[in-house]
Amino acid sequence: MIPELGQFLVMLALVIALVQGTVPLLGAQRRDERLMALGRPLAQAQFGLLLLAFCALAWSFLTHDFSVKNVAQNSFSQLPAIYRFTATWGSHEGSLLLWTLILAGWTAAVAVFSRQLPPEMVARVLGVLGLVSVGFIALLVFTSNPFERLFPIPADGRDLNPLLQDAGMISHPPLLYMGYVGFSVAFAFAIAALLSGRLDAAWARWSRPWTTAAWTFLTLGVALGSWWAYRELGWGGWWFWDPTENASLMPWLAGTALIHALAATEKRGVFTNWSVLLAIATFSLSLLGTFLVRSGVLSSVHAFAIDPTRGLFILAFLGLVVGGSMVLYALRAPRMVGGASFGWFSRESLLLANNVFLVAALGAVLLGTLYPLFLDALGLGKISVGPQYFNAVFVPLVAPVLFLVGIGPLARWKNASLPDLMWRLKAAFGVSLLTAALLPLTLEGMNLQVTLGLFLALWILFTVIKGFAQRLQHAGSDRWRKLLRLPRAFWGMQIAHAGLAVLVVGVTMVSNYEVERDVRMPIGSHVELAGYRFVFHGVEEVRGPNYLAGRATMDVTSPRGRTFTLYPEKRNYDASGMIMTQAAVNYGLFRDVYISLGDPLGDGAWTVRVYHKPFVGWLWAGALLLSIGGGLAAADRRYRMVLRRRREPEPEAVFTPAAAREVR
Amino acid sequence: MRRWIPLFVVAALGVFLYLGLYLNPKEVPSPLVGQPAPDFSLPVVGRPGETFSPTDVRGEVWLLNIWAPWCSICLKEHRVFRELIGDEVPIYGLTWKDLDREAAPMLARNGSPYVKAVDDIDGRVAIRYGVTVTPETFVIDRHGVIRMKHVGPITPRVWDERFRPLLRELQT
Repeated sequence: MIPELGQFLVMLALVIALVQGTVPLLGAQRRDERLMALGRPLAQAQFGLLLLAFCALAWSFLTHDFSVKNVAQNSFSQLPAIYRFTATWGSHEGSLLLWTLILAGWTAAVAVFSRQLPPEMVARVLGVLGLVSVGFIALLVFTSNPFERLFPIPADGRDLNPLLQDAGMISHPPLLYMGYVGFSVAFAFAIAALLSGRLDAAWARWSRPWTTAAWTFLTLGVALGSWWAYRELGWGGWWFWDPTENASLMPWLAGTALIHALAATEKRGVFTNWSVLLAIATFSLSLLGTFLVRSGVLSSVHAFAIDPTRGLFILAFLGLVVGGSMVLYALRAPRMVGGASFGWFSRESLLLANNVFLVAALGAVLLGTLYPLFLDALGLGKISVGPQYFNAVFVPLVAPVLFLVGIGPLARWKNASLPDLMWRLKAAFGVSLLTAALLPLTLEGMNLQVTLGLFLALWILFTVIKGFAQRLQHAGSDRWRKLLRLPRAFWGMQIAHAGLAVLVVGVTMVSNYEVERDVRMPIGSHVELAGYRFVFHGVEEVRGPNYLAGRATMDVTSPRGRTFTLYPEKRNYDASGMIMTQAAVNYGLFRDVYISLGDPLGDGAWTVRVYHKPFVGWLWAGALLLSIGGGLAAADRRYRMVLRRRREPEPEAVFTPAAAREVR
Repeated sequence: MRRWIPLFVVAALGVFLYLGLYLNPKEVPSPLVGQPAPDFSLPVVGRPGETFSPTDVRGEVWLLNIWAPWCSICLKEHRVFRELIGDEVPIYGLTWKDLDREAAPMLARNGSPYVKAVDDIDGRVAIRYGVTVTPETFVIDRHGVIRMKHVGPITPRVWDERFRPLLRELQT
C-alpha cells in the first residue's frame, strides 16, 4: 500500500507543480494579486507531498519490501539500516526522487524567506521553479518510477552496490544535489528579472545569498565525492578528470564566476547581462551534468544504469530550459548596458579578469569532456581524453586566478592605483616567492611546479592577512573587538580564499611528492617507503554484516619510531558477489599512509600497494574552509537588513546615468 | 544579432549530445594499432649481459605480453600460455616494475612461458606502449607493426576468438 501511496503523492506533486508553473506567472503578467499569491502555498504543498513520497520510498527500503523493484535491486536483507536508508537514493530512480525533493525544498525556502520581495518577483521566481519541477517530476513519473512493483516477489534483494556502502556516500549525493539544484534559484531569479525587464542592483542583491548558499553545498558535495573516491576506489587517487567529476566541476566553476560577477553587479551595476548569462549557464551546466551521468553518452567509472529513453527525455528538457532561456535572453536582455564606468585597474577590472579565466577554464574542461563525443559523432574516430590534457590546460588557466585572489580584495572599486598596491604588497610578494623557491631545495631539489604552487598559496595567505590589517589599520586599541565585528561577508570571503590556499598546498604537495610501491609480501616480510617500515603479518578471514573479508594486519613504523597498525581488507559481498578493496588509511596533518590489499599469491603471500601521501588531507580541509566561508558570506546580515527596509528609499541601489557621470 | 549567439552555441551542443545518445563510448581502440611497435633495448631477465630488442625478431609474428611478478592474474595467464598455446607463436614478456627482483627466480621456479622476458624496471617502455594495467598483450606482425592489443588476461576462449584467427592470417 505504502509504495502506491508514494507514487500517488508524486503524481499529485506533478499536478501542483503544473499549477505553480503557470498561474503565478500569469498573475505577474496581469498584475493580479490573487493569482500571484498562489505561488507560496503551492510551493509548500509541493514540498510536503514530495517529502511524504520520499518517506514512503525510504520506508520500503527500511522494511525490506522486496516487492518494490527498486528495493529488490538495491537492497539486501543483511544490509545495515544506515545503508538501507541511503540506498533510497542509490539508484537512478531514487536519486531522481531525492533531486525533486531538494528542488521542492529550495522552492519552499524561497517562498518562506522572500516576505520582503515585491510580489511580482516572488510569483515569477516560484513560477519558474515550478516549471523546472514539472520537468523533473515528469521524468520521474513517465520514465523512472521508483515505486514500481515486481512479481514474483524475490526472496531477497541484490544488495546495494558495495562501492556505495561507505560513509562518504551517505552525504555526498544529498549535498551535491543541494548545490546543483540550489543554482535553480539563481536561474529562476535571472529568468524572473528578464521577464520583468528589471535587471538592476536589487536583482543582484536578491540573487547573491541564494547563489552563495548553493555554491557552498556544491563545494562540500564535490569535496565529499573526491574524499569518497580516495577512500573507496582503492587506488588512492582524489581526482581523475572522469566525466562524472567534470560534470560537477563545471557548474562549480561557473558558480564561482557567478558569485564574483554578482558582487560587481550589486555594488556597481556593471556586468549585468553577463551575470544573467552566467546564472543561466550555471544551472544549465548542472542539468548537463545530470544528462551526462544518466544518459551513458560518455564513458565514466560511475554511471547509472543506462536507458536511451531517459537520456532523450533529459536532453529534451535540457534543450527546453536552455533554449528557452537563451531566446528570452536574446529578446529581453537590456539593449543599453548601463552601469558605472571603471578604470583599467580597479576591483571591477580584476573581477572581470577572474571571470575570464574561470570561464576559460570551464571551457577547457567542457571541451575535454565532450571532445570524444564530438569526434565520434562526426565520424572522425574514437578517442578518450586523459588527465594529461586536463592538467596541461587547467593549471595555466587557474594559476592567474589564484594570483588575482591576492590582489582583487585589496583593490578599490572604480579606480585603484597599481603602483600603490604593488608597493603595499611587495613584502608579501617577496616573502612568498623566496619561501616557495627555497623550500623545494630542502626536499628533493628544485621543482618549478612546487615553487609555483607554494608561491600562489603563500601569496594568498599573506594577502588575506593584509586584508584584515587594512580593515583594522585605524582601529587602535579596539582592534580585537573590531575584528570580530567585521561583516560576515568579509570574514566569509577571507576564509574561503584562505581555504583556496590550503587546497593549493594539498594539490601541489601530493601531486609532486607522493610515492607508492607495489610489492609481493610473504608473511613476516617488510617493505620500506618514505622512511616508513611496513611489516606484513598475514591475512585472516573476517565476517562483516553482508560480506566476507580477508583482513591483513600491517604494522607500520614511522621514521620517528612511532608505531601503528592498519587493517586493509579485500571484501567479497554475499549478494552481488562483487569483490571490493577496502583501503586502510592512517590520517595525519602532514601526510596520509595508505595501504591497499591486492591479491593472494599462494603460501600466505599477497600483493600489497603502499602509499605515502604528503599533505593530502589539506585538499579536503581547504574545501571545508571554502564552504565555511561560503556559508558565512551567505548569512551576512546585510541581506536580511536590506530585505527589512525594502520600502524605504535605497540611495545606493541602482546606478543612474547621473551617478555614473559623477563617478567619471 | 550578438545576443543570439549563446542560443546558436547551445543548439549546436544539443545536436552533438543527441547524436551521442546513439553511440557507444566504451569502444576505444588503442591508437597504437596499425603503428610500428615502439623500439627498445632492455636486459633479458635471468640472463645477465644479454639484451632484447623488437628488431631482433623482425620477420616473425610474435606477442609482447606485459606482466609483473606481483600480478596474480598474470601468473594465472602464464599457465594458459604454457599449457594451451605452446609453440603456436613466440611470446616475449615485458616485466613491469619488478622492484624487488623477483621475476628471475619466479620464472625459473614455475617455468617461463616466454622465449625471453625483458626487464622494464622503471616502466618507461610500458609507458610508450600505453600500458594501463597488467596483463596486456600486443600482437606484432612480420613488419614490426602492432596489429592488435588485448587488455586483461588471455583465457582459452579469448585465445580462440581473438588471437588464433588473426595469427593464422598473419602467419600465412
